[in-house]
Amino acid sequence: MTVMQRKPANPIAHLSSEDIEEIGKELDAIRDRVLADLGERDARYIRRLIRTQRGLELGSRAVLLFSLFPPAWIIGTAGLSVAKILENMEIGHNILHGQWDWMRDPKIHSTTWEWDHVSPAEQWKHSHNELHHRYTNVIGKDNDLGYGIMRVDEDQRWHPLYLGQPVWNLINAFFFEYGIAAYDLELGRNLKKGRHRDPAFRARARAVGRKIRRQVLKDYVLHPLLSGPSFLSTLAATFTANLVRNLWSHSVIMCGHFPEGVETFEKTSIEGETRGEWYLRQMLGSANISGSRLLHIMSGNLSHQIEHHLFPDLPSNRYREVVPEVRALFDRYGLKYTTGSLPRQVFSAWKKVIRLSLPNRRPRDRASNRSAPALGTSGA
Amino acid sequence: MPVCRHHREMTTTVQRPSAPASLRRGLLRLAAAVTTPLLPDDYLDLVAPLRAGADLRGRILEVRPETQDAATVVIQPGRDWQGHRPGQYVRLGVDVNGVRQWRAYSVTSAPGDRHDPITITVKAIPGGLVSNQLVRHAQPGTIVQLDQAQGDFVPPATPPARVLLVTAGSGITPVMGMLRSGALTGADVTLVHSAPTAADVIFGAALRDLAATGSLRLVERHTRDAGQLSLADLAALVPDHLERETWACGPAGLLDALTAHWTAAGLGERLHTEQFRPTIIAPGEGGTVTFGRSGVTVAADGRTPLLEAGEAAGVLMPSGCRMGICYGCVLPLRQGAVRDLRNGSLTTAVPGDGVLVQTCVSAAAGPCDLEH
Repeated sequence: MTVMQRKPANPIAHLSSEDIEEIGKELDAIRDRVLADLGERDARYIRRLIRTQRGLELGSRAVLLFSLFPPAWIIGTAGLSVAKILENMEIGHNILHGQWDWMRDPKIHSTTWEWDHVSPAEQWKHSHNELHHRYTNVIGKDNDLGYGIMRVDEDQRWHPLYLGQPVWNLINAFFFEYGIAAYDLELGRNLKKGRHRDPAFRARARAVGRKIRRQVLKDYVLHPLLSGPSFLSTLAATFTANLVRNLWSHSVIMCGHFPEGVETFEKTSIEGETRGEWYLRQMLGSANISGSRLLHIMSGNLSHQIEHHLFPDLPSNRYREVVPEVRALFDRYGLKYTTGSLPRQVFSAWKKVIRLSLPNRRPRDRASNRSAPALGTSGA
Repeated sequence: MPVCRHHREMTTTVQRPSAPASLRRGLLRLAAAVTTPLLPDDYLDLVAPLRAGADLRGRILEVRPETQDAATVVIQPGRDWQGHRPGQYVRLGVDVNGVRQWRAYSVTSAPGDRHDPITITVKAIPGGLVSNQLVRHAQPGTIVQLDQAQGDFVPPATPPARVLLVTAGSGITPVMGMLRSGALTGADVTLVHSAPTAADVIFGAALRDLAATGSLRLVERHTRDAGQLSLADLAALVPDHLERETWACGPAGLLDALTAHWTAAGLGERLHTEQFRPTIIAPGEGGTVTFGRSGVTVAADGRTPLLEAGEAAGVLMPSGCRMGICYGCVLPLRQGAVRDLRNGSLTTAVPGDGVLVQTCVSAAAGPCDLEH
């Protein structure tokens, strides 16, 4: 079985299939060590975080009842923005991954959690946990590669529509949660294929509609109404908070797989993929963001995208702790651990979005690509 | 079966005029729309976990040592606690090392006002997660999850004339609940209790006091010196034992022997037993997998994921990545043991534990009963 690299310089040419399985075993061992160590400290972390987030949200919304006064508007909007970011990233995303299922607390469980987002948890879990995390960076399988509206890899075929992708990406950033909902629904593909009458699709679309209605009613009708004379300013505040959350999460998520240095894979390369090869694909297909403790929490620890992709169901507070071991493993096997500051990675991802809106400058040397050292072939 | 002791109150609620009720419902709906996707309860739980309408919980008020390895835990139950009858038990959900574990413990306090604190008395068993946590580490202020009191190990409203109580170890706990309740007052009561030594007798002082005041006849069997109680011993100690309405609580061996003896005498209905150890799940390799709702039972070896075993038997199984990362295949394990095929770790469950397992990476480790 092969993991075929499509870049001229194959970053894994030096690894034998035994090496790859050994990497898998070492990563399994890291995972088992963390699992065996989970306990009270972790439970306290997530409960305290949830408590803090709820307190912050409630407090900010209370302040916004008086949003007619500019200081109240500023404090309330800032607080609500942070609360929404925490809710989506460090809390919602990670709980929906099953990272906290081990606590057996039905209130903090991937099967019961619903998040402050227009995409229903159930649909997001399918497209994210099942498809994106399984098929990470496999062109044609992982729709997170450009979300179906952008070209973020040379090997994605160019189409004139991609000329507008810097604009699409900007619009997507502003209304990111709606973009995600449409994406989870596979709206574009389902409409194109005329599946809009398919009962299963309609049921899912109705679920999204219901979720959007509830979210809009809360943020743009009820809370403004509760604010009485501050109706309009509260409306503006919740809109701003959602906008800030959208821009932030879009930026963080773009940094996960789009920056330079991240590898992509061919559909055929994952046929019969071993556990070691799956791990290797996660290692090469993800990029981290370096920064402070605060940045890690605000990014839902997606700043540790590499660790998250290796261990999607380990509690996020543990990613930071396994970084040294994971990095040492990268070094030992001569693999590139892609990381950079937030501004650098955001810039790198945007640069790629803009560059790839145009066709490739010169046709790539297909022959040399195809013969790019395939690794782990038996007897290699 | 949970018992509804406050039937009358519930009836009054129903008879209230419907206008305020519908107004209340409307307000609740509005509050839910304001807090969506959470419920108002999610916020209220942070400040008032014991309020009426919340999931039933309790707050540990005090932990009082009883013997070197047993302690009484005083719990303030939530407002919706319906009270208990003497001899009943309560299921308790305790977070041990971050993981919620459910166990059943007899209520040892006398029934009083339903808003009064209750007590349970716990003996730390070697390797017991919850019992050791409660006896040795529980702190006042800790919130625990509760179920309503259950169990029919309960004396009748009017006490029988002659009563025999046979208990061993922490089997004394439901009986202590009965004695404290006054449900046996006036009866001729004999209590035969087994414990390793006099110091190991839970409620030793209280029981000896009751004996001293003539409320009961107490026979303490200290098994470290005297050995285990046999049926012959019992017959010698209490010659009229078969004529007494009898409640027994202790290890399975004792209860089985008593049941056989009473049944052989044709007096089985006079003996009431309560087993205090939960179902013991002994993990093995492979096993019979039952998909309860689908009505399918299939034999699976220790290497086949439950997901594949179910699919092979024609069960419509939820599934996802099939490699243990997406949690799209989780199902409740009602009872049984499974082994994680990735690292060999075991998960066991008994009814009420609320354990969900990833079927794509879990294999049967003994008989498994899945809710699906």
